[in-house]
Amino acid sequence: MVGRFLKKIYVSLVYLFLYVPILILIIFSFNDSKSRGTWGGFTLKWYKELFTDSQIMSALYYTIAIAIASTIIATIIGTVAAIGIHQMKIKHKSIVMNLTYIPVLNADIVTGISLMILFIFLKLQLGFMTLLIAHITFNIPYVILSVLPKLKQLDTNLYEAALDLGATPWHALWRVIIPEIMPGIITGGLLAFTLSIDDFVISFFTTGSGVSNLSITIYSMARRGIKPQINALSTIMFFTVLSLLLIVNVRANKNTQGKENVI
Amino acid sequence: MERNIIELRNVCKDFNGHRALNDVGFYVRKNEFITLLGPSGCGKTTTLRLIGGFEQVTSGEILFEGTDITSMPPYKRKVNTVFQKYALFPHMNVFDNISFGLKVKKMDKRLIEKKVKEMLSLVNLKGFEKRSINSLSGGQQQRIAIARALINEPEVLLLDEPLGALDLKLRKEMQIELKRMQQKLGITFIFVTHDQEEALTMSDKIIVMKDGKLQQLGTPEDIYNEPKNSFVADFIGESTIIDGIMHEDYLVEFAGRKFKCLDKGFMKKEKVDVVIRPEDIKVVPTREGMLTVTVESVIFKGVHYEMMVRSNKHVFKIHSTEMVHASQEAGIIIGPNDIHIMKKERVADEK
Repeated sequence: MVGRFLKKIYVSLVYLFLYVPILILIIFSFNDSKSRGTWGGFTLKWYKELFTDSQIMSALYYTIAIAIASTIIATIIGTVAAIGIHQMKIKHKSIVMNLTYIPVLNADIVTGISLMILFIFLKLQLGFMTLLIAHITFNIPYVILSVLPKLKQLDTNLYEAALDLGATPWHALWRVIIPEIMPGIITGGLLAFTLSIDDFVISFFTTGSGVSNLSITIYSMARRGIKPQINALSTIMFFTVLSLLLIVNVRANKNTQGKENVI
Repeated sequence: MERNIIELRNVCKDFNGHRALNDVGFYVRKNEFITLLGPSGCGKTTTLRLIGGFEQVTSGEILFEGTDITSMPPYKRKVNTVFQKYALFPHMNVFDNISFGLKVKKMDKRLIEKKVKEMLSLVNLKGFEKRSINSLSGGQQQRIAIARALINEPEVLLLDEPLGALDLKLRKEMQIELKRMQQKLGITFIFVTHDQEEALTMSDKIIVMKDGKLQQLGTPEDIYNEPKNSFVADFIGESTIIDGIMHEDYLVEFAGRKFKCLDKGFMKKEKVDVVIRPEDIKVVPTREGMLTVTVESVIFKGVHYEMMVRSNKHVFKIHSTEMVHASQEAGIIIGPNDIHIMKKERVADEK
């Protein structure tokens, strides 16, 4: 009984530690006082100011544009790559899979700087395009890693069955394989979208010409002192990313449950 | 010539340097039910996959109604396959699965609906159109897989151990039902199984394979009664195989005694395999027997008793409705037409 009680306290402490800072951030985003120490009553004015601030609105536009574009492109490239990797012989497959894991495990700062150097070397003007390319690049491995397990679960005869019934390879891929692995593709896409919205380090090094996303804008604003709008903005970002991650996790659970049922 | 719907000529197939099929050649006539039979790894499924177009031959030719289809892709062949694990499309319902082939051909929608209905009634699953694949039992999925293949009106239906996952009772029902469908529709069936009883029940012709080589091709009766070598004899039904010596035409010696037999054309004193079916040995009182044996074990098998009996070094398996208790003596009689003489073929003796 005591042990169970202690366990509960322990878990509560861990989560308290993790979430109190965010909670305070959220509370202060509704604080009427400009001071960070005192509570001056409830207000939504920071949120209102947020949406009238042209700098933040432009950052929001870039963030969402980059997120949508990079998600779509990375999902397509990643899915095609996953199908290719799945067909490979085991030896080649393990080499390619290691190459896929390295960018995932690599420090963001290394990825960011190396991309920046590459863009400069290629004489690409840092800006929207380079930012987009960078986001596509770091999103592709996550899509591959979400789609591959679905391909492994696939009955190997499904593709052959479609060919057997008269479908061309293209038709079989489109009508049978893609619908079967769609849950993995969507999960990969959601993950890519979340990561793109979330990214600061890589974006910081690969953008320029006045193009900056939300995280970069917050960073530069914070250097000039924390404005309460930043609390509001951070709160919105937190909830956006949280809800996307919840969707990804619920989907992942559903998939594993489905698999258990089949077995 | 024209009636050979499928013909394989000198087909070889290698997988990573391992020879899976070695010089396989046979033909299938229209409307035949032909079974490829053999232990796992004998190349029967590979043969089927070559006919389906899912694998490419290393050398040799495959002909369809006399024209070479060796390198034709599967979606252009007039054959359809029922896969071992059914390979139904899980994201589609029953109707979409069955109609897949017709939709690919862009057939008129109302005609498709009518045909699917007919197919479902053929496989005894009327009204299942809207059901999801995962809600069906193994036996029902099996029927849907058959319907999905048959709706395309293939000239040849390939079946890769389609009954393997079903329980015994369902297997027996499906065996009869498949045979009924084949006769009703007049489609050529090429059936793969490792179950000799299944092969004997359903087939017009059986091809026995081992280690990528064709062992024997014939009607079930031929293969059961006149197995070509001791492997076929052992694989099809049970049998006792013992060493013997052919003294002259129609006279063989084994188990320390000479027996009359119906075989001839061997060299003098040639060493041979003598194959005897367990149901062909008659058990009689000791005095009346050709050989005196001691019963080592008796197992009740339902229809008959299975007895292992010993005469000196030689053990015979006997199926008989007469029972002799273990460790008692008895006599056995083996008639001339129950003795099958095979040339020694060491390849066929690993079991």
